Amino acid sequence: MKRWVLIVVGVVALVLPYVTEPIVVHTAIEILIMALFAMSFNLLFDGAGLLTFGHGCYFGVGAYTAALLMVEMRMPMFPAMVCAMVMGGLTSLVFGYFCVRLTGVYFSILTLAFAQLMFSVFQQAYTITGGDLGILDIQPPAFLVEVNAYYYFTLLVVGVSIWLLWRIMQSPFGRTLHASRDSVVRTQFIGINVRRYRLAAFVVAGVFASLAGGLFAPFNRAVAPFLVSWVKSSDPVLMTLLGGSATFWGPVVGAAVFTTLHEVAIGYTTYWLLLMGGILLFGVLFLPGGILGFLEERLHVGAAAPRTRMTEASGASSNARAD
Amino acid sequence: MTFADVVGQFLSGLARAGVLFLIAAGLSFIFGVVKIVNFAHGALYMVGAFLTFSYTKTLGMSFWVAVLLAAVSVAVIGLLMEILIFRRVYGRPVADQLLLTFAMVLIIHDVVRLGYGSNLRSVSRPPLLAGAVFMGDIIFPSYYIFIVVVGVAVLAGFWAFLHKTRLGKTIRAAVGNREMVACLGKPLPWLFTVAFAAGVFVDGLAGAIGAPLGGIRLGMDFDIIILAFATVIVGGFGSLPGTALAAFIIGEAYSFGIWLMPAIALSLPFIIMAAVLIVRPWGLLGRSGGGEL
Repeated sequence: MKRWVLIVVGVVALVLPYVTEPIVVHTAIEILIMALFAMSFNLLFDGAGLLTFGHGCYFGVGAYTAALLMVEMRMPMFPAMVCAMVMGGLTSLVFGYFCVRLTGVYFSILTLAFAQLMFSVFQQAYTITGGDLGILDIQPPAFLVEVNAYYYFTLLVVGVSIWLLWRIMQSPFGRTLHASRDSVVRTQFIGINVRRYRLAAFVVAGVFASLAGGLFAPFNRAVAPFLVSWVKSSDPVLMTLLGGSATFWGPVVGAAVFTTLHEVAIGYTTYWLLLMGGILLFGVLFLPGGILGFLEERLHVGAAAPRTRMTEASGASSNARAD
Repeated sequence: MTFADVVGQFLSGLARAGVLFLIAAGLSFIFGVVKIVNFAHGALYMVGAFLTFSYTKTLGMSFWVAVLLAAVSVAVIGLLMEILIFRRVYGRPVADQLLLTFAMVLIIHDVVRLGYGSNLRSVSRPPLLAGAVFMGDIIFPSYYIFIVVVGVAVLAGFWAFLHKTRLGKTIRAAVGNREMVACLGKPLPWLFTVAFAAGVFVDGLAGAIGAPLGGIRLGMDFDIIILAFATVIVGGFGSLPGTALAAFIIGEAYSFGIWLMPAIALSLPFIIMAAVLIVRPWGLLGRSGGGEL
């Protein structure tokens, strides 16, 4: 993406609270959190060629960890958020250890299964998580209670995280992940343990997703099992695809469009899923590169050629027989 | 906990397994032939259940006509989905196919909500099967027996279709070597359409005959699709006997789990699936080599 676009967006983000109403700033906070969540998903999807359907699990673990520590233990927000990241990292390490042993569709379904497992745990452990009621009254520290303050805090955390994700993707580690996405066999031939690299990517994605969850809990003031559900897991998938998975900034664009669309649409209709399904259908069929991919192709803002992903998946499926 | 209780629980697990087998068999068959993982399978199952409700309650049809008509209606919906949407993405990455079927999940969910609202609906068992067979203390509800019979009949029917009919043999050949079958002048896209519709027909049938077992509600689509995935994976993608075995294991695990350990009953299928995926990623009766890194 051209540098001037970034600068313009950055300036708008900085002055936003001074030129708009609190409700817009509120939506902007949600966009930032969702952007980080979607970017952590895309580290796995575009970065390593792994489509996870259970990423909401780590978002939820982060949100619940922060909420429990802040409400039950009276822990201040910053250490609670660090603990949320640690918990998210540990959870993704355990689940990831099993998930990265599989590829393609099998990987996707196992991530979904672990997420459902966590969902039923969060929903049924009444004594700890409050069951369906969740945890209420999560208060951020006094200097962050005001919406503008929380906005700048979120902007700082998400900005630094995105910069870190960028550095990770440009590092030898990120390049190796890309290589393993494009050809597992060739990457293994040069002596790289693909499984270990994928596990590392899974944990990094889990840590950033749980940071997003940790930011969300004090912002939303409440957490509920919904945050761990399949609907939450589908959000980053939809956002990333909408914005354009093959571009670094695609998930951010997708999060902005998706969240704004949601805010506007719920004022008119309760049939949000129908709308989202229709957009997804249209997007996959006619705009395979997402919004950013389309813009870059048409306006030559940058170079983004459509790529084939998950090539091993077809190899895996061709082994199945129907008798 | 008497012997009769255990047998009763076993039977209810068997009925659950029968419905699960029908859904998973359709899912597995479609994956085996068309190579598409149909996320919308659970949504179509839900449509089958809601249509059975409409046909019996609103239109006053007899249960048997309603079941058949619901299954056919679902098959027609599946047929249209395949021709209008999925056919366009056969050459595309797996992620695109998953996302398209996922889009159908969202769309069908809200269309059903549009038509029926969020209320719980129910269909009563047909008079012929409303009773039970008694053997001493043990009660066999007739409807459970009926479901098991349908499950076995579908298993046999699938086998006979694939091994004894010309069309079935051609489909098996297409699974083995697509190019060769195309070279022999067989219309490959239409074979896929037929296979997709057949899988979805069985799925709609499951929704219809499963309808009198419990409430019909929004959300049953997603509960069942994850159970169906678990069943197909535990049994092995593409293996019908494996799917039957897995449906039996998961149905019974759930039935006894809810009775003996209600706290973890809902998680049991996922625990079984995770365990199988870790030890035998290709499933209990599947062929090795698929999906492992």
